[in-house]
Amino acid sequence: MGKKAVVLLLIPALTLIAIFLIFPAIWVLKLGMTNETLTGIKAREPDFVGFQNLARIFSDRFFYNALKISLLFVFGSAVVGQAGLGMSLALITYRKSRRLKTLVQSIVILAWIIPEVVVAYLWIAFLDKDFGTLNVLLSWFGIRKINWFYEHPIFTIIIFNTWRGTAYSMLLFSAALETIPPSYLETADIIGTSPYRKLKDIILPNIKSYIFTDLILITLWTFNVFTPYLLTGGGPSFRTELLPIYIYRNAFKYFKIGYGSAISTVVLMINLLLAIFYITLSRRKKA
Amino acid sequence: MKDPRRLSKVLSYIILAPILSFFIAPVLWLFVTPFSSRPSLFISFSTPTLSNFARVFQNKTAINAFKNSVVISVGVVLLITVCALFAAYVLSRHYFRGRDILLYVLVLFSSIVTGVAAMVPIFMLNLKLGLIDRELGVILTMAGGMLPTSIFILKDFFDSIPRAFEEAAFVDGSSPMQVMFRIFLPLSSKGIIVIAMLAFAQSWSNFLIPFILFRSHMKYPVSIAIYTFFSEVGVPDIGMISAYALLYTAPVIVMYFLVERKFGFSFYGGIKG
Repeated sequence: MGKKAVVLLLIPALTLIAIFLIFPAIWVLKLGMTNETLTGIKAREPDFVGFQNLARIFSDRFFYNALKISLLFVFGSAVVGQAGLGMSLALITYRKSRRLKTLVQSIVILAWIIPEVVVAYLWIAFLDKDFGTLNVLLSWFGIRKINWFYEHPIFTIIIFNTWRGTAYSMLLFSAALETIPPSYLETADIIGTSPYRKLKDIILPNIKSYIFTDLILITLWTFNVFTPYLLTGGGPSFRTELLPIYIYRNAFKYFKIGYGSAISTVVLMINLLLAIFYITLSRRKKA
Repeated sequence: MKDPRRLSKVLSYIILAPILSFFIAPVLWLFVTPFSSRPSLFISFSTPTLSNFARVFQNKTAINAFKNSVVISVGVVLLITVCALFAAYVLSRHYFRGRDILLYVLVLFSSIVTGVAAMVPIFMLNLKLGLIDRELGVILTMAGGMLPTSIFILKDFFDSIPRAFEEAAFVDGSSPMQVMFRIFLPLSSKGIIVIAMLAFAQSWSNFLIPFILFRSHMKYPVSIAIYTFFSEVGVPDIGMISAYALLYTAPVIVMYFLVERKFGFSFYGGIKG
């Protein structure tokens, strides 16, 4: 292939990626050091303020609120919820009939592929205080109607996001379990090993690297999820305001482009750490 | 109690039942309510009707949003398929200095620059380029974000094509372009279908990008239209919204299970973002 052909074939993809993926990530660093707004004087002539925004972030109680909620959300819905439930489902369907596995996986995958706006409405309907399916079912057992989004906001979005994202971990762990040589477990069956010992001594050590991969990836993704905004709008009174929603509020409700960019910078840096961790790990696995 | 395997089978059903109910319960509504003659937020089975769908087709906003979504998704699919085909071909078959660094940069940026982390600069970029409230801005932004993953998937397919095929073609005097279209394209049709369907599903479902880039109601794709339907003040037409949501969701579900059945793979790591 000639040099010209190489360049011509690469240009369309690389231009698009450079402008719409790489440039925004670098530009946000600069935007975060200005006091740019969308309206008013500062929209036309923003000043360079250096690290002032960043300094302000670290004394901003709304930022700490958002960070705390994001951490709870990631820990609860990704690490505990999705990975835990995904692992349970993979283990339960492991060495079971293909039919059962397909059935279980199809149901869980459905929650994962439905567009986010539909999923949000499904949960709003499901959890509605007066008419929602969950409360109506509970009332049959004499349990009082609960206003989920107001009484247990964080718990509710954690449960929601566990439901939403478990499919990925389940599929990854199911695939990982298939890599364990069947003879290991057959031998264990013959000598009558307890299920707990099988899990601890055979299964977990053999899929350790997959577990790490899964945890990093779902942490990264969950940290960058915007769907709870469609459920709660960040409320009631900021109690479900994740970092992404806090960025949205500053940039698009208060039009503070500079400050919103500074928070974005923090989110990008956290993403960067997680991604480098992930890439290093997956390279070491290959080598 | 005689057979321990049978016991474990029964036990696994007992554990599975509540978990599966948890996954089914919220979705069930989507498949029942559109056909209900007395639609409500509770899952209620009543005489089946198609009147909810009829109201969707009478709703100008709903129909218009459908057209907008089709335009955006077709644009993203075409752009991604062509760009990824060219780039993956070069990256799979041609070594040049800095290629590995380029690949590393692509992996890194595509995983850290999410719509959420970059919503502010993406908005500002489109503003400066005069692309706010225009389909082109949304198409280019989505395509740029999804391209690296599409390139990697396609490159994987290309890497598995034996070099002997193209060498034979080169001996016969074919140009690199002919090799790409006559050998790589047909041999990796599976990969192309995969990236095209992924691009469709992701652009069709995307909420955030059109949410921040569109201003006028007439431009809204379905994702935003549904959101305005249920978040607007007033009494929402639950039957109509549910029918509309089902029509909007159906292509994504059909596509996923078609691809899965046809090609028998369940997923590519890292495609969901």
